[in-house]
Amino acid sequence: MSEISVEKYQALARQTRVRVLRMIHRAQSSHVGTSLSAADLLTVLYNRVLRLDPARPDWPDRDRFILSKGHGCAVVYAVLAEKGFFPRDWLETFYLDGSHLPGHITRSVPGVEASTGSLGHGLSIGCGMALVGKREEQPYRVFVLLSDGECDEGSTWEAALFAPHHHLDNIIAIVDYNKIQSFGTVKEVLDLEPLASKWQAFGWATREIDGHDFEQIEKALLSVPFEPGRPSCIIAHTVKGKGVSFMEGQLAWHYKPPNDEQLAQALAELGVFG
Amino acid sequence: MRAGFIRALMDLAKTDERIFLLVGDVGYSLVEPFAQGFPRRFINVGIAEQNMMGIATGLAMSGKIVFAYSLANFPTFRCVEQIRNDVCYHNANVKIVASGGGLVYGALGVTHHVTEDLAIMRALPNMTVIAPGDPIEAALATREAAEFPGPCYLRLARTGDPVVHEAVPDFQIGKAITVRNGDDITLVASGGILYNTVQAAKQLEQKGIKPRVLSMHTVKPLDAEALLAAATETKAIITIEEHSIIGGLGGAVAEVLAESGISGIAFRRVGIKDCFCFEVGSQAYLCKYYSLSAEDIVNEAIHLLKGV
Ligand SMILES: [Mg+2]
Repeated sequence: MSEISVEKYQALARQTRVRVLRMIHRAQSSHVGTSLSAADLLTVLYNRVLRLDPARPDWPDRDRFILSKGHGCAVVYAVLAEKGFFPRDWLETFYLDGSHLPGHITRSVPGVEASTGSLGHGLSIGCGMALVGKREEQPYRVFVLLSDGECDEGSTWEAALFAPHHHLDNIIAIVDYNKIQSFGTVKEVLDLEPLASKWQAFGWATREIDGHDFEQIEKALLSVPFEPGRPSCIIAHTVKGKGVSFMEGQLAWHYKPPNDEQLAQALAELGVFG
Repeated sequence: MRAGFIRALMDLAKTDERIFLLVGDVGYSLVEPFAQGFPRRFINVGIAEQNMMGIATGLAMSGKIVFAYSLANFPTFRCVEQIRNDVCYHNANVKIVASGGGLVYGALGVTHHVTEDLAIMRALPNMTVIAPGDPIEAALATREAAEFPGPCYLRLARTGDPVVHEAVPDFQIGKAITVRNGDDITLVASGGILYNTVQAAKQLEQKGIKPRVLSMHTVKPLDAEALLAAATETKAIITIEEHSIIGGLGGAVAEVLAESGISGIAFRRVGIKDCFCFEVGSQAYLCKYYSLSAEDIVNEAIHLLKGV
């Protein structure tokens, strides 16, 4: 895929955030903060990194992307619609009665590889896919986006043990480390630090990046595997609710949807008026 | 049953490249031939059953037919959410194989007694639930499960279970096998307890009672047709299972009979009566202690027939 300027990334990410805010406002659903923290990572993944063909969602050689933090589905739906996996007007039905798009990511949606929602499942499924890719020398890679909260789950660490043992250098775990989980900060609830050292110690070639710096995101994602024979882990330091000043770093936006006034203010901050 | 399973799986793997076997760090002196014969299609995932089910799902979503094998409750209860959300929700082609079904691990204690699995597995959408009655059925069930596209739960007993069938029966998922025919009472069994059931049938025959014996190896989907025939052609029905009387074979049969509209069916569930088996002892000892021996089944049948 061709090079993309930082300005272009910014414009794409801004458009995605606007769509996410409108979806969650219309649906009066939850989890806006987790979608916004991952928006920049997904912008780079889907526009520069993942080898996909929206016309052939089941193309065998496609890269696999698994959203293990299934509650962050709004941002993935927005990106998939933008890439043409399904009609953009589906986004207007997100979470509503009779919609194709439920509030946790689901495989029935074109372009979605795995259904998740309960935390700590995605990395294991990804390991299974990566194992086949490795043993059969297939070209695809498997990218799994995890939340920091799901690093509490023991099953995440079962999968974290598995991938290095089997030398799965075709799997990439990205942790959206926005420092807030369901009921408090990660530090307060169950401290993960030193998180990068943990992944490193489990056998993953690990890098830390600013998950909102497009140059850093692109550089990391384009240089996987970081080491041949080892899986890669990217700890992306992010801000929950990124892009909307009054949502940034606020636990409440894990739960509440914006009202009309808050939506207008949020959109104005993203350069959309009226 | 284990030997029947692994032999059938080896045969399948020879001709079907899609067959994978995952084990949760178990299978000593059982799975080695598979591991040596098909090293690239064998994975010991370690003592990590949640991960095993996720891996199995990922493999299945990449075109494989995956057998995920472990002991006792480990491949079911330990990872039931992965079975629900990963295996069943994706309708993944994963065959979960539990060895040691029922009270096989007798003296090892309650943690190793597999006595609620049929109920839990049966409740999951897309899941087919099979408990073969003897080693012959176990081998046939393994082949059928591999052919069947979608999640299956296969409950095996041990190595060296007694053979019940004198000839190779016609085995189809969802179709009960009529092991003996009769028109006084129907004994319906799932799993290795089929042996005690047939012993009981022989004793009943000596007393002049003609029992029909059904091996209901598939607990889901249940063979309602065979049950409704039994309900009209015989006077009483008893279910027999090495499992809680709640939610397994007995529960499933009760559901079919209650909704059948056939009135006045004499019906009993023989199984473990909603308790943990604290008594220490072998499978045979515990089956006797918890009223699952052939003699217990005979007494239950005579008692039930007295009322009709
Ligand atoms: Mg978080």
